[in-house]
Amino acid sequence: MFDDLSDLYQQVILDHCKKPRNFHEIPGATCSAHGHNPLCGDNLKLFLTIDGDRIQDAAFVGSGCCISKASASLLTESVKGRTREEARQTFDKVREMVTTGKVQDGVGKLAVFAGVYRFPARVKCAILAWHALVAALEDPGKSVTTEDEQT
Amino acid sequence: MSAIVNNPASSTRRGAASSSSTAGEVNWAELRKDFPILDQKIHGKPLIYFDNAATSQKPQAVLDALRHYYERDNANVHRGIHELSNRATAAYEAARARTAQFIHARSPEEIVFTRGTTEAINLVAHSWGMANLKSGDVILLTEMEHHSNLVPWQLIAQRTGARVVYVPLRSDENVLDLDRIDALLAGNVKFFSMVHISNSLGTVNPVADLCARARKRGIVTLVDGAQSAGHMPVDVQAIGCDFFAFSGHKICGPTGIGVLYGRQDLLDAMPPYQGGGEMILSVAYDHTEFKKAPHRFEAGTPDISGPVGLHAAMDYLDRIGRDRIWKHDQELAAYAQERLSALNGVRLFGPKTGRAGVVSFLLKDVHAHDVVMLADQAGIALRGGHHCTQPLMHKLGVESTARASFYFYNTREEVDRLVEVIREIQKFFAV
Ligand SMILES: Cc1ncc(COP(=O)(O)O)c(C=O)c1O
Repeated sequence: MFDDLSDLYQQVILDHCKKPRNFHEIPGATCSAHGHNPLCGDNLKLFLTIDGDRIQDAAFVGSGCCISKASASLLTESVKGRTREEARQTFDKVREMVTTGKVQDGVGKLAVFAGVYRFPARVKCAILAWHALVAALEDPGKSVTTEDEQT
Repeated sequence: MSAIVNNPASSTRRGAASSSSTAGEVNWAELRKDFPILDQKIHGKPLIYFDNAATSQKPQAVLDALRHYYERDNANVHRGIHELSNRATAAYEAARARTAQFIHARSPEEIVFTRGTTEAINLVAHSWGMANLKSGDVILLTEMEHHSNLVPWQLIAQRTGARVVYVPLRSDENVLDLDRIDALLAGNVKFFSMVHISNSLGTVNPVADLCARARKRGIVTLVDGAQSAGHMPVDVQAIGCDFFAFSGHKICGPTGIGVLYGRQDLLDAMPPYQGGGEMILSVAYDHTEFKKAPHRFEAGTPDISGPVGLHAAMDYLDRIGRDRIWKHDQELAAYAQERLSALNGVRLFGPKTGRAGVVSFLLKDVHAHDVVMLADQAGIALRGGHHCTQPLMHKLGVESTARASFYFYNTREEVDRLVEVIREIQKFFAV
């Protein structure tokens, strides 16, 4: 019945939304930020532990739709061990991917979100956690909402 | 074919609802044919439109009225003396008179045309509120208000120093805690604004009783009828409210037109809301005299086709009979409630009995947004989100719900299909 949605709800995404990884707070995290989508009520908080320039640990809590939860879960896996700059670059690639469908090198598993661009209403869900990541890196403690951002 | 089966004389040209509403059974499925938009496929499946609380669809009779107005009668109102201007003015004022009749106002002078419910409430908040509220006064609302009956009052409270207080919800039943009303009204309440039917819960508030209690204490009342006006018979005199607001687009009319009913003496005493043409008697460089209500509140060229379309919508609804529409809505909602509550993993919101045609629900472990997206793939239009009632969602401990809201063109078969699709959605997300 939902075959046309299989591009969006890929198995990996379904798996991560049902069993989100790194789904907990990090007490004493180096930085954190809040992401909020006022349209559908998605609400998540991202925690990062940073040592020098490298992200040692990443985790999140909160609630949201399948796409936003899976996106946050895969984000935490993806940025662990990366430098700030690499994480920031990944954000750019993910944003490009979910708005145009173009998959660039180095996104790894995150390529499962390439289908999102065909569903404009869900782009905000996919990108929310990434906005929270950038906020945590650049302006810790900040709250970002999907309504302030272009996407 | 006539929708009113034992009245075969009814004309088909005017649509299936053209028979008198006083006798006969309505063939609801037949009425669907009056709505061209319903006859289409969405993602390859027949459209099931369950987002009527957001906006209703429009019957051919309304589309025809709009077209006729622009093809034959269009001109500005209350200005010219040429034939078209006369026709446009007559149509505009006829719509006002028809609206007065539709909600049983005492006279057409009690009907102000607005952009919608939201503007009607803002008009009262600004005009009545700024003139009558002062520091220490209380504006009483309920915990289930739509943002449009909440934010305007917060803004006016900030400007006047008045306080906003809420009648609480009984969490068990999602109905107002009526035991608390009198104590709350005994505070320094000046204005009591309440929703008639909650767009999130389907709760029907006992507005006549609430207004009677308020009136005893000289408190001015407003009823937000956005969800009631096109779904049940409404008599503002029987309700006993001072103001009543509703939107044309939710009752088969066009978008951009709404109605504020206000008791004549109150409207006459209220200062203008906006200034401009149409609302003046005479203007000098240093002074203006305003027209009486309702024209005082209709500055500038109004939406003219809107009232024309609304007129056709009100005629259409009353040919079916709002008593019948109400019964149909309630039966469908009760059926949906029964079928959905029989499923595992479905949480229903709203009252256990007597709900209007609004059913909000959540599936265990599936976000409302995903439910709505998958339902759409199956041709079913639902709404997911906070439904412009964020404080209420917060109170219920959720961030959003999925909502199916019905109108007379919806059928039990469509509810059955919804239940089937929800089962599929549960399977899709099964852990
Ligand atoms: C209960 C209630 N009040 C007010 C409104 C606002 O109506 P409108 O947006 O037409 O002004 C709505 C519609 O969404 C509603 O459901």
